Amino acid sequence: MKVTNTALATLMVLGTVTGAAADIKLGASLSASGPAAFLGDPEAKTLYMLVDDLNAKGGINGEKIELVIYDDGGDPNKARTFATRLVEDDEVVAIIGGSTTGTTMSILSVAEDEGIPFISLAGAIQIIDPVREYVFKTPHTDRMACEKIFTDMQKNGITKIGMISGTGGFGASMEAQCVDVAGNYGVEILVQETYSRQDADMTPQLTKIKSTEGVEAVLNPGFGQGPAIVTRNYAQLGIDLPLYQSHGVASDGFIELAGKEAAEGVRLPGTALLIADIMEEGDPQKEVVIAYKTAYEEEYGEAVSTFGGYAHDAFRLMTDAMARAGSSDPSAIRDALEATSGMVGTTGTYTFSPDDHLGLDLSAFRMLEIRDGKWTSID
Amino acid sequence: MTLKNNWVQLAILAVIIVILPTFFPSGYYYRVGALVFVNALSVVGLVILIGYAGQISLGHAGFAGIGAYACALAPVHLGIPPVLAILLGAAISAVLALLIGRPILRLKGYYLGVATLGFGILVSMVLSNERGLTGGPDGMSVPSLGLRPLLRDMGLRLSGGEFWYIFNAAALLIGIWIAINLYQSATGRAMRALHGSETAAQTVGIDVARFKLQAFIISAVYASVGGSLLALQNGFITPDVAGFMHSVEMVTMAVLGGVGSVLGATFGAAVLTLLPQILTVFHEYEHLVLGLVMILVMIFLPLGLLPSLAARIRWRGV
Amino acid sequence: MDALMQFVFSGLTVGAVYALVALGFTIIYNASDVVNFAQGEFVMLGGMITVFAFDAGLPLPLAALLAIVATAAIGVALNKFAIEPARGAPVVSLIIITIGASILIRGATQVLFDKQLHRLPAFSGDDPIHLLGATLLPQSLWVIGGAIAIFIALWLFFTRTLLGKAVLATANNRLAAQLVGINTGFVMTLSFALSAAIGALAGVLVTPITLVSYDVGVGLALKGFAAAMLGGMGNPKGALVGGLLLGLFEALTAGYISSQYKEAVAFVVILAVLFVMPQGLFGQKTTERV
Repeated sequence: MKVTNTALATLMVLGTVTGAAADIKLGASLSASGPAAFLGDPEAKTLYMLVDDLNAKGGINGEKIELVIYDDGGDPNKARTFATRLVEDDEVVAIIGGSTTGTTMSILSVAEDEGIPFISLAGAIQIIDPVREYVFKTPHTDRMACEKIFTDMQKNGITKIGMISGTGGFGASMEAQCVDVAGNYGVEILVQETYSRQDADMTPQLTKIKSTEGVEAVLNPGFGQGPAIVTRNYAQLGIDLPLYQSHGVASDGFIELAGKEAAEGVRLPGTALLIADIMEEGDPQKEVVIAYKTAYEEEYGEAVSTFGGYAHDAFRLMTDAMARAGSSDPSAIRDALEATSGMVGTTGTYTFSPDDHLGLDLSAFRMLEIRDGKWTSID
Repeated sequence: MTLKNNWVQLAILAVIIVILPTFFPSGYYYRVGALVFVNALSVVGLVILIGYAGQISLGHAGFAGIGAYACALAPVHLGIPPVLAILLGAAISAVLALLIGRPILRLKGYYLGVATLGFGILVSMVLSNERGLTGGPDGMSVPSLGLRPLLRDMGLRLSGGEFWYIFNAAALLIGIWIAINLYQSATGRAMRALHGSETAAQTVGIDVARFKLQAFIISAVYASVGGSLLALQNGFITPDVAGFMHSVEMVTMAVLGGVGSVLGATFGAAVLTLLPQILTVFHEYEHLVLGLVMILVMIFLPLGLLPSLAARIRWRGV
Repeated sequence: MDALMQFVFSGLTVGAVYALVALGFTIIYNASDVVNFAQGEFVMLGGMITVFAFDAGLPLPLAALLAIVATAAIGVALNKFAIEPARGAPVVSLIIITIGASILIRGATQVLFDKQLHRLPAFSGDDPIHLLGATLLPQSLWVIGGAIAIFIALWLFFTRTLLGKAVLATANNRLAAQLVGINTGFVMTLSFALSAAIGALAGVLVTPITLVSYDVGVGLALKGFAAAMLGGMGNPKGALVGGLLLGLFEALTAGYISSQYKEAVAFVVILAVLFVMPQGLFGQKTTERV
């Protein structure tokens, strides 16, 4: 099953490389392999699926989309080369991608120089602040994730916490943002620890946090295996404080990796994707979220993740802008993109403006808690 | 490899660099060319270390990282122009190589490998942990070199790709020229002697420790300048530049091309820079094919691409 | 005191993981003088194949056995199709071959299996053992026990069996070994099979703790290599002690100094040791022949 999918995907790519009839060229540079494959893999799969789907339905205003995806492996140097290739050689009219902040910053300057609309899938606030003419992004910023978590802590009367963060880009960047905004929510960070990407055991760091006087909760920004191991060690040490994870592990896979018992009670800010089946009727996101989740899980036989959702939203935003622009002129697409209003995605509802190229607010985040091995909304 | 041969090779390379752009269909090819040259420059340094002096390093990306971050930080914090920052980075790298080289180079083979590896990891760790200064793992932007506007004012309009193609090619040719001169100098001969056998070199009175250290420092400077140029060209830098994978990549380029000759370095750098670009047609099978190519080259051309091919051609009596 | 015990337990667990990887390096190195940089991929394969066989319904011991046998076969293939044809090439070329092999194995794994993280259930449950005021997971005992068992087996192999001595002889002087009647081709095949099998077994043991995905091999190989060098390459005792020490350094640094720089401190210690003992803790002094 898996092999046939792969073969199909490969044929498809070879097909698009040689294919002649396609009309609108859309480029993407994603970290489909390497340390950030966690992000890039579902993103790439999502784009393949959505392009197929859109073309099967007749494309945009009758024109088909041709997708060119490169795997930058999370290396900013490669990402810049691929961005140059997309713009100068493949002559794409728009770019999606940059799974990580590092790769995004490399692609960004090419997009700005050449005037190509670009939607990033990375978290850092510096991508859209200051606002750059051609650069947009779909994920919430790390800062918003921190704010959402601290809001929940405030609600629960938590004022003193310990942090344990991954040293990768995601964890380090979110750690910095959280330290920055904690004060606004009356939260004091008493102790900060870190772990590297492939560390096998975090009990020393957690023991230090545990023995710090006054800690009322623990926050763990990071993605990949780290947070799963932290959660398991947390249970092993019998730490009896609320554990907050980040949106970096918002997927069903996390519960499985951490183990149902250990993950019980873990809280994190997630997107509607995780609670698709228990969303209230009439929730504006319900339809979009269920459609994407069903299609992805049917196509690839694995659970959707928040990150694939970012790519989904970027694709919808871009193709919607192309349709409204009515031409494949990059600057016309950019203008249409900036005029996007009330576009419902899996991450939230986007409304761009000349001074907001993220277009989401805190309401798009939902505070979730794992209960009996399932995500539940606790907003 | 005779001397005449080296100069002929350098001339051929210069001609290729000049002619190649006439075949470029788009600006993207200038970018790839510029990358090949900047990688080749670092690899020339490794050829001096591995090929001349017979020492291994699995941590030279550490020096590339120092060169790269010197260009990112010095203009902002010290207010010096980026061109001088390249020199500053090279100087820091040289001093560091001098300090750590003395104890490290007493080690042999894999032990030297792990010691240099440790050095590289320390550098990349500092770069990614000192977030206040370096922007952490997400990296930081690098000021522009500022030469291009200067040239424009003088009436020479170049695109970014074209400029870096020319600039890096010039840097590479100068780097190779220096390496060839070193090769024929007394120092170069001494280095090559200790490559053959350290004990033998010692018995004929060669100060083994001194020449090893010199090769180490020179190669560190090459890697540092390479890192600087990469940073300036990309305008953005992350600690990956100092990472273990980058060190391995550099050694692989050197060995793949053939550590016996400085032109082999360019060849190896070209192959390993171009392969990922070409292999994108294999999509998911990209890494599989890359690994396969590396194995096959080493099996069939164990001395590296260039020397092995040259030997074969000669053998056939051409 | 309780904290110290927790740091020690953590260090021993992590150290045993490093030791298991480091032990895998020793046989191939002893037989051929090559540090096999694809050793981490053997560990990864052990974990990945077990996970997929287990998910397909095989009982865990059978899945593990399948993984070990399959990985050993891949090790033999690596020797047959990549190392043997390159005999006589300089050692740097052989290193590049093993790096190429590691990229190839990783590339094949991501296509054949997937890029997701996976976990195996712990062999003896997840209930922590309370000891001396600290806690330890039962799986840690499996990993530590596994490392010690493999060490003893290897030590017996190299010192007590004819075959083990033949391996050492082959490394020492291939021609001389052949002259005294050792089938050096067979010794090489055996070395790769054993190294790969040890790697795969390590993968099976550590996956419940560290989790596994197609790209965990590089990091493991790096730490295992450092551990092996610290102890002295080629010596099983060095691999075991080097691995455990490295793990303890990291855990104690994380506990008492800084978790951010724990690897840095570990490498500084390795450098310091090598300055004093250039062959590692238990390495043999070799003299260069002219």
